[in-house]
Amino acid sequence: MSDSRTTPFRDPTDESPLVKLLVILVGLAFLAFFLFLPLVGVFVEAFRKGGQAYVEALVEPDAVSAIRLTLLVAVIAVPLNLVFGVAAAWAIAKFEFKGKAFLITLIDLPFSISPVISGLVYVLLFGSQSLLGPWLKSYGIEILFAVPGIVLATVFVTFPFVARELIPLMQDQGTGDEEAALSLGASGWQTFWFVTLPNIKWGLLYGVLLCNARAMGEFGAVSVVSGHVRGLTNTMPLHVEILYNEYNFVAAFAVASLLAALALVTLALKTILELRFGAGGAGGRRH
Amino acid sequence: MTLAATSRWRWKQPSIIPGFGLTLGFSLAYLSLIILIPLAGLVWRTASIGWAQFFAVLTDERTLAALYISFGTALIAALINAVFGVLIAWILVRYEFPGRRLIDAMVDLPFALPTAVAGIALASLYAPKGWIGAIFMPFDIRIAFTPIGIIVALIFIGLPFVVRTVQPVMEEIDREVEEAAATLGASRFQTIFTVLLPGLAPAVLTGFALAFARGVGEYGSVVFIAGNIPYVSEIAPLLIVIRLEEFNYAGATAVATIMLAISFAMLLVINLIQAWSRKRYGYV
Repeated sequence: MSDSRTTPFRDPTDESPLVKLLVILVGLAFLAFFLFLPLVGVFVEAFRKGGQAYVEALVEPDAVSAIRLTLLVAVIAVPLNLVFGVAAAWAIAKFEFKGKAFLITLIDLPFSISPVISGLVYVLLFGSQSLLGPWLKSYGIEILFAVPGIVLATVFVTFPFVARELIPLMQDQGTGDEEAALSLGASGWQTFWFVTLPNIKWGLLYGVLLCNARAMGEFGAVSVVSGHVRGLTNTMPLHVEILYNEYNFVAAFAVASLLAALALVTLALKTILELRFGAGGAGGRRH
Repeated sequence: MTLAATSRWRWKQPSIIPGFGLTLGFSLAYLSLIILIPLAGLVWRTASIGWAQFFAVLTDERTLAALYISFGTALIAALINAVFGVLIAWILVRYEFPGRRLIDAMVDLPFALPTAVAGIALASLYAPKGWIGAIFMPFDIRIAFTPIGIIVALIFIGLPFVVRTVQPVMEEIDREVEEAAATLGASRFQTIFTVLLPGLAPAVLTGFALAFARGVGEYGSVVFIAGNIPYVSEIAPLLIVIRLEEFNYAGATAVATIMLAISFAMLLVINLIQAWSRKRYGYV
């Protein structure tokens, strides 16, 4: 083009500063409308009536029991999926066997199922119309509309997180280190503990972090199985819903702000792990 | 004899590493207990409903409306995300500006923020009196409590899927391709739209499909902003919850099975896109 001679030299594989600025502004505006303003809004709404109303909403007994239940559920669900993730990754990454791809697809399954359906399957399994529910009830075991149901639904929803993170990582690392350790006389457990685990610890932490965030924040699946008994079967997200539907916005956003803070901490730790230790490869993208 | 023994079909390659039986056995048992048996229960329950009743639920107007709204809003949101996700990936990969690192990290917020929190935040923001809702009120555009609100929530939920699938592929683009295009006389615009973007197509398609699949099943962020009016802004997952609250287990199960069948079909499509992309472009 003739006008390219009159303008100062510009790298032909670069855009003009004006175009750049425009594209950046459009992108930032989009992010502001859909990401940043909602996040800021949570904290602004939470402190709308001052710090005292905020604190009161959090120390209120139902809120405290919701926080406690959320922590309890995470403390049970995350280690279960951690053990599963390590075991599944060991079997899948360290051995060659038929049907491996199919097994990975099955592990990914919960990601492609609506959270509501994840809860529904347990209602069908343990509900009053099922075979198992009344039988367990005759022994005094309550699953549905009680804590075990909430834990099960959370385990279902967070099932793939750790495995998803570890499988590609351990596949990349191969089996050389383990074979060397074993040929030098280490036992299987020693090999895992002193060779494999140090190799995967950051990836493992990354998976646990994402698993925990989802476990504490899960809403749809837990909502279906919980029964919404205040002070008993309400997790933090469910407590937020109840307060919001009662038009108690300050309290709803106060509890929500704790969950938002958890999300921010998760993101910060996740970013540190990615930058420092290169954790979070292909697996981190699909959830 | 030995030849027959070594060449016979094996389902597992021999290895000196121990623990195969233990880890695979535990994994399969846990997978069955948590995922497969409960899902099989859903399928079994559906089978016991009978075709007539299943068909009645499927062709019920409210079911069809809910499915139409769920898939329609998820499609629109995924399309919007496909456009803006590529744009955001582009500025994160190519441009330097203050706060880029922070924004890069924040793109994952929808993965980390509980859906209920996102739901109430978006609802209060896009409500007629909210910060953003108030901007649109003079034009008589209502966002919250209409299908547009559902799209807003699904844009929030789906955005990182597109950005995070496109971004790594964009980082791998060889600058020489652009230099060649420029040398051959292509304008920057032509280079981007006829050379760079076609190569990104499989990644964009994968991200789009992931965002769409997630959007169809999304519940927490949508129910607060949707208004939940039957036939207008009632999504399929909410209909399942409503049927459950009515103790209409057959109705809930039937809607769930339809949704599940469609999401499995989409999972298959995503895998096919990835297999095709691996063959054609050498990346996933």
